[in-house]
Amino acid sequence: MSESGSARLYTGFRAFLDTRRNPVLAWVGVALVAVALIAVPFVLANTIGTAWVRITNLAILFVFLALGLNIVVGFAGLLDLGYIAFYAVGAYVYALLASPHFNLHLPFWVILPIGAAVACFFGVLLGAPTLKLRGDYLAIVTLGFGEIVRIFMNNLSQPVNITNGPQGVTLIDPFRIGTFNFKTNETIAGIDFSGPMKYYYLLLVVLMVVIVINLRLQNSRIGRAWEAIREDEVAARAMGINTRNMKLLAFAMGASFGGIAGGMFSAMQGFISPESFILVESIMVLSMVVLGGMGNIWGVILGALLLSFAPEVLRYTVEPVQRAIFGRAIVEPEVIRMLLFGFALVLMMLFRPAGILPSATRKRELEAPRAGAAV
Amino acid sequence: MTGVTAAPDAVTGELLIAKGITKRFGGVQALADVSFSIRTGEIYGLIGPNGAGKTSLFNVLTGIYDADGGAFIFDGRPLAGLKSNDVAKRGIARTFQNIRLFANLSALENVMIGRHVRTRAGVFGAMLRNARTREEERAIERRAFELLEYVGVSKRANDLAKHLPYGDQRRLEIARALATDPRLLALDEPAAGMNATETATLSRLLERIRGDGTTILLIEHDMKLVMSLCDRVLVLDYGKKIAEGIAREVQKDPAVVAAYLGGDVSLNLKGA
Repeated sequence: MSESGSARLYTGFRAFLDTRRNPVLAWVGVALVAVALIAVPFVLANTIGTAWVRITNLAILFVFLALGLNIVVGFAGLLDLGYIAFYAVGAYVYALLASPHFNLHLPFWVILPIGAAVACFFGVLLGAPTLKLRGDYLAIVTLGFGEIVRIFMNNLSQPVNITNGPQGVTLIDPFRIGTFNFKTNETIAGIDFSGPMKYYYLLLVVLMVVIVINLRLQNSRIGRAWEAIREDEVAARAMGINTRNMKLLAFAMGASFGGIAGGMFSAMQGFISPESFILVESIMVLSMVVLGGMGNIWGVILGALLLSFAPEVLRYTVEPVQRAIFGRAIVEPEVIRMLLFGFALVLMMLFRPAGILPSATRKRELEAPRAGAAV
Repeated sequence: MTGVTAAPDAVTGELLIAKGITKRFGGVQALADVSFSIRTGEIYGLIGPNGAGKTSLFNVLTGIYDADGGAFIFDGRPLAGLKSNDVAKRGIARTFQNIRLFANLSALENVMIGRHVRTRAGVFGAMLRNARTREEERAIERRAFELLEYVGVSKRANDLAKHLPYGDQRRLEIARALATDPRLLALDEPAAGMNATETATLSRLLERIRGDGTTILLIEHDMKLVMSLCDRVLVLDYGKKIAEGIAREVQKDPAVVAAYLGGDVSLNLKGA
């Protein structure tokens, strides 16, 4: 199964976008993708409804999360079952610094870096005591960490009310740049932009940056060191890699992405509570990484989009379809969702254990061997 | 080699001195008061029956285990308490008895990882990919490819390490170790499982590495290879040093013969 259909498709796709091999085709391809991405919210809003723009935005947030977790799980090979905690930390940092709760209203470009830094700190806090753990043992500790963070959020309303407990924080500020508000509807150059549409374009820009950062990280000295640790920690250390620092770095980087995503989630929703950061969310993000293909950035993005959209598609189709066939709704969408999810997991394990787009070897264009290479 | 080469006056100097190395695993005395020294530029053999403590000595030397007693002096400075990544940084690179390549990475990437300790780009360099980082990446790739050519596996540069034939994997591991610019290259049974032709190629490679200025510490069971290649050998048995010296003389040592054959019989090891 090394060269399966989708793998070949993927290789073809990469070759197609190779700007050095066929520059014209590649740039036309990039332009087409760009136009398609820009058109998405208009198409969604005018066909299946504005709600889908909001759903798309949440899906992009999950792409951020999946890419962040991919650094920890996919690159460095450290199984983290509490990743949503960093999302929670980022979300709460934003909520507390930009809401009436403490009557603080800092601008988002100040809070997001703070959120990333605080999440990063928590990443190191989790990483430091677990440096010697691997596999299942690490999974258990990280799972516990995720729960601890959530329970803290739930209970930090006494004696001093910091998080407002289970009620959560409300009336969180949206993103604002000067008088430009990302939440309100607006007409720019004769085109109506709804709040979610504005957020979509912001998310799209951030997404591009995040993808570029991930691609560069993977194909760098640091990325190779992470992969070496994933493959064989003893050998990595024997090659001079400071595995302690590199693992902490992986936790810190992954957590920072989670923190930024959390801040954006906070601003977009306007309301957060510990409910949003339960264990199932961690599992879901991990499933996205595994389903798409651990360690493969494009695979992870695909996995995140699939698992974000699938339940929504089901929510909108399951009942009408049943009504059309049986005349009434027999099974609820939620039940079908878990059933299909479980079924998909079984199929994946059987047929594509390495994910939909498995991590492929990076082929390098090597210089032709020169005569008398100076070794 | 463009790597670190020995200073001229160090040719007869001692690169590594081991003083009374002791290591115990529970009730098993893996290493008992082992002392020896390796001179710059030589190929130093480490032999002994199975379970004699050869690999334990390697693991203590390269910081995978902490010694219970004794000390290593490498290049004039002690190695005490250093973790294995710091040992690699000091200039000791190793291979493993049971090959430990990064199986799911390409051969080239395996060697590129070996350059980690001699390069500097950090997270921000990677994210910004500035001119310096790009230049360093090019240099890493170039050097890694040169090393693949040097050991003779450059044709498989883009193949996953796990897909390489056994002999190539052994040589790839040597290339990866050389990528760290070592002054001492410690090889744990590099010829294990190789046929005669592969062993001969390996032998030439090791001669060449030594000729290019890297001192070699070699664990090996292939006596023919040891006798033809090593300047001096150290013989361990039950964690104790039972002989040290010029290969041909050690070969005749009654204690060595007894250790290998379990009695007072004459040993007919054919040297090359």
